[in-house]
Amino acid sequence: MAVITMRDALNDALREELARDPDVFLMGEEVAEYQGAYKVTRGLLEEFGAKRVIDTPITELGFAGLGVGAAMAGLRPIIEFMTFNFSILATDQIINSAAKMLYMSGGQFKIPIVFRGPGGSAYQVSSQHSQALESWYAYFPGLKVVMPSTPADAKGLLKSAIRDDDPVIFIEQERMYGMKGEVPEEDDFTIPLGVAEVKREGTDATIIARSLMVPAALKAAEELEKDGISCEVIDPRTIRPLDIETIVQSVQKTNRVVIAEESHPFCGVGGEISAEIHEQAFDYLDAPVKRVSAADVPMPYAKNLEQLAIPDFLQIVAAVKEVAYV
Amino acid sequence: MATQVIMPKLSPTMEEGQVARWLKKEGDKVSMGEPLAEIDTDKATMEMQALSAGVLLKILVNEGESAPLGEPIAIVGEKDEDISNLLEGKKERAPKAEEEKAEEKPEAKEELKEAKKEKETEEEEAAEPKKAAPAKEKEKEKETKPTVEPSGDGRRQLISPIAARMAAEAGVDLRKVQGTGPGGRIIKRDIEAAMKEAKPSPAAAPKLRPMAMPKAQPGAVYGPSAYRDEPMSEMRRTIARRLVTSLGPVPHFFLTTEIEMDRAADMRQQINALYPDAKVSLNDVIIKVVAAALMQHPQVNASFQDKTVRYYEHADIGVAVATENGLITPIVRAADMKSLIEIAAEVRELAGRARERKLKPEEYMGATFSVSNLGMFGIDEFTAVINPPEAAILAIGAMTPKPVVREGEITIRQMMRATMSCDHRVVDGAVGAQFLQTFKQIIENPLYLFLG
Amino acid sequence: MSSQRTQRQENSEAAARTAAGVMDEPARKDASDILSEDRDTLLKMFHQMLLIRRFEEKCAESYSLGKIGGFCHLYIGQEAVAVGAISALRPEDYVITSYREHGQAIAKGISPQAVMAELYGKATGCSKGKGGSMHLFDARVNFMGGHAIVGGQIPLATGIAFASKYQETDQVTVCFFGEAAVNQGAFHESLNMAQLWRLPCIYLCENNMYGMGTSAQRAMSMDDVATKACAYELAAEFVDGMDVVAMRRATQRAVERARDHSLPTLIEARTYRYMGHSMSDPGKYRTRAEIEKYQERDPIKLFRAKLEENDLLTEDDVKQFEEQVREEVERAVKFADESPEPAPEELATDVYANPLR
Repeated sequence: MAVITMRDALNDALREELARDPDVFLMGEEVAEYQGAYKVTRGLLEEFGAKRVIDTPITELGFAGLGVGAAMAGLRPIIEFMTFNFSILATDQIINSAAKMLYMSGGQFKIPIVFRGPGGSAYQVSSQHSQALESWYAYFPGLKVVMPSTPADAKGLLKSAIRDDDPVIFIEQERMYGMKGEVPEEDDFTIPLGVAEVKREGTDATIIARSLMVPAALKAAEELEKDGISCEVIDPRTIRPLDIETIVQSVQKTNRVVIAEESHPFCGVGGEISAEIHEQAFDYLDAPVKRVSAADVPMPYAKNLEQLAIPDFLQIVAAVKEVAYV
Repeated sequence: MATQVIMPKLSPTMEEGQVARWLKKEGDKVSMGEPLAEIDTDKATMEMQALSAGVLLKILVNEGESAPLGEPIAIVGEKDEDISNLLEGKKERAPKAEEEKAEEKPEAKEELKEAKKEKETEEEEAAEPKKAAPAKEKEKEKETKPTVEPSGDGRRQLISPIAARMAAEAGVDLRKVQGTGPGGRIIKRDIEAAMKEAKPSPAAAPKLRPMAMPKAQPGAVYGPSAYRDEPMSEMRRTIARRLVTSLGPVPHFFLTTEIEMDRAADMRQQINALYPDAKVSLNDVIIKVVAAALMQHPQVNASFQDKTVRYYEHADIGVAVATENGLITPIVRAADMKSLIEIAAEVRELAGRARERKLKPEEYMGATFSVSNLGMFGIDEFTAVINPPEAAILAIGAMTPKPVVREGEITIRQMMRATMSCDHRVVDGAVGAQFLQTFKQIIENPLYLFLG
Repeated sequence: MSSQRTQRQENSEAAARTAAGVMDEPARKDASDILSEDRDTLLKMFHQMLLIRRFEEKCAESYSLGKIGGFCHLYIGQEAVAVGAISALRPEDYVITSYREHGQAIAKGISPQAVMAELYGKATGCSKGKGGSMHLFDARVNFMGGHAIVGGQIPLATGIAFASKYQETDQVTVCFFGEAAVNQGAFHESLNMAQLWRLPCIYLCENNMYGMGTSAQRAMSMDDVATKACAYELAAEFVDGMDVVAMRRATQRAVERARDHSLPTLIEARTYRYMGHSMSDPGKYRTRAEIEKYQERDPIKLFRAKLEENDLLTEDDVKQFEEQVREEVERAVKFADESPEPAPEELATDVYANPLR
């Protein structure tokens, strides 16, 4: 196993898939000559040329729609949003075109496209550049939403997303690009979409976390272990379709749930997971499902306020203690 | 649009089916092809799949009830859809439908029923002096209408879902558990603590419906008895396993008693003198007394269900009838609810049709207890074989005058021997004996029938 | 890169002419240049226009009978645009359009039966009854759909053209949209990318003068859509959208530019819709007289007169065409009527190509 950063794992996945399938191309702002605003696409222009690694004007709606059209005609585009904040401009094409094309054409036009880029909280860039949008996209049938939390997951899931025949929203955490982790060196390492992973086993409470909150949840679990509370940490990895079976199995074992997320609480993915747990495992709950979410405010700039807005492991520890009645 | 779910044809010879179990509750989402209910056909118990997706809006045929092929048994549609047009002319079939629908938690079900019962009795009482103070009535209602468990101070008892489930499974009495969660919520660890303390004992066994002699509803039609399935204790399971390996599929044991029948015979004669058309037989009296005794010993009105023991609410008595083609046992449904005259008429009618082979399957399948009488053949005493899954059968011998000792003197009395066969997996010796004792007590003094 | 710069100079010149209101010379000649076409082609176009007209009239009737639900945007009055433009394409070329697309769908080769069945919400519809009037699709004839967010199809068309170039086929994409779509960002973003990357795409604006109930004059700061091309240095043409032959010629020139030089074109076709925006439009925003004025230049009437003038069509031929078209439409209605509704299981199919669970 090689220890590499999330950034390099993603870069490997892109390189391998570009090499594997000539129908795959990569398009976005600053992906080619600039080598990527976050250097995820570093070196790809040199390797694959300007035909397949394409810098775009700042025209998110336009190139998102162009990608969908290209997918209709048989290509497999990877559309990078410099950050997912800018995908908001492209939502008409993502939601009204990509998500619905297969359905409203009666199954004639599949859209094998990946919309990827950094999302979630960044460092002190204030309200417009620091927000979690997964609940928007997860709302729509027709889209798949993937959020990796380790370099290995990032690589394996991105490769699967590129090969998937449906539109996939692939949200990378901006703060995690430099995070290192072991990535299998095997040829063609992939991880199937729609499968959660138990990141840590435990018996007293289940912490469901995704993206940036997975390391926080693992740290919280370590802390809680000292108090004799054994936590299971589950990373759904794919938000839609959600692997609710794995979650329910864990809840049946632990009877207590904390959902940790860096998104706003209202109408969020955590609320959805909580609802599913209540529908499918109500009789196994020993306490109400507890969410630990970002503050319900736009992201502030000041460092101290920003820290207050994003949940940390201590909040997860407190939440677990609450549901475990400690 | 709401659609009716009809009783499907699940076997080539099936004419009607019995809903063994609803796998969905009213209000549940149903997807196409999903199992909706288990249906007992004349052949087997089969899963019935939903043919349309939506929400199960209404159950028309309750568990244990039957419906002919093609008859609506439920309605599936969109949530909150108006289904009044589909319900027109559909009567509730079960006398206890309201009770079945009550949204109580499983562990509170029995208590709730008790509470309801109390309330009913109170209402009956209050029905006479109709001017009773309304405030007082309201108060009573408050007391007797808990949604879950009344705690000591009358507030709703809070309990987490997993704790409720564990308590129900282990038979923990929640009134004795002190909740340690927020606001006194009973949580998992409280039940775990309670389970450690309380050894499994008969006291922990689920409380059973106390015997009461309900009003007869003349002309009422009853489906097969409603029941509840209780999880089998580990001990019960072991008994079941061991007895089966020693005695065969149904481990029988037999209890015999001799009964003085003079008073019962007198009573029968008096009734027939008053109502010559009633033609009450001694066997009808026996059926009525068996039903009454079963209400006092619900452990006997039960059946072995592999993983659970099924306890029936009503006494559906199978009456063995000899026909040219062999033995058949038409069923007097809810004999505990019926008058002697009703029973007599029903037995006569069923036996007549049995001999003409005109009984429908649900008229001879699904009794909760059977009576076999060979007295008319001069048999003094015999043992009968249990009709599975019933837990017992009572074999009645001939009534003959015999010398007996009463108060130190030899005297002649009409004596009859009754032998009960019990399924040891469900009924233990003492339980069977107690039942037989009650049976004897009532039939020797039939006045008990009227004392409820 | 260098070839792009050369092209930029060419484009600049074309754009300058357009901006100055100088319409291309060829466009003027198109109107009288009917004899250079063979008769079969012309009659095929006449037949298609008549078919679309009668089909749409039947749609209006079916809509009022409740057989067609939802929105239903009719094309009556604009037939020359779709028929003329699509006649210039090869079968493998792509067409993508807006929600007013019954005419384009039929002209591109979807059978009237499959279109009508779709409008009726039947399983045999070209989108299996899942798309309806606004979302006709047929992958077999590269009809890439009706799209119902104004301007939404324009970036898609750009992407389809991008794919043709990427795949090194010589397919051309024609994208139809109304003049109101020009005010959307999607139009401008697409034209910029198409010219920047030299994509074989024809942007065909059907200027019917109204965006729903708002006249173009009340919505656009300038009158001519074609002049907007100069902002992106795109080749542009202004065409009489009531003249089917002119439409064909203009599109042929754009196709040549796309196929041979991989360059986009913006065509503005001036046309007029006789019916409301949709079936539920009371039409209060324009006068009866205005409609009648445009009906004098009815595209079918004009074409028929021209064909008759040149002895290419007789009154008997017209009768025969009318009869044939009547039968085709009747057949479509019968087929739609008799077709089954989609099976309830269809509700949940086609959401994902790889459903995963």
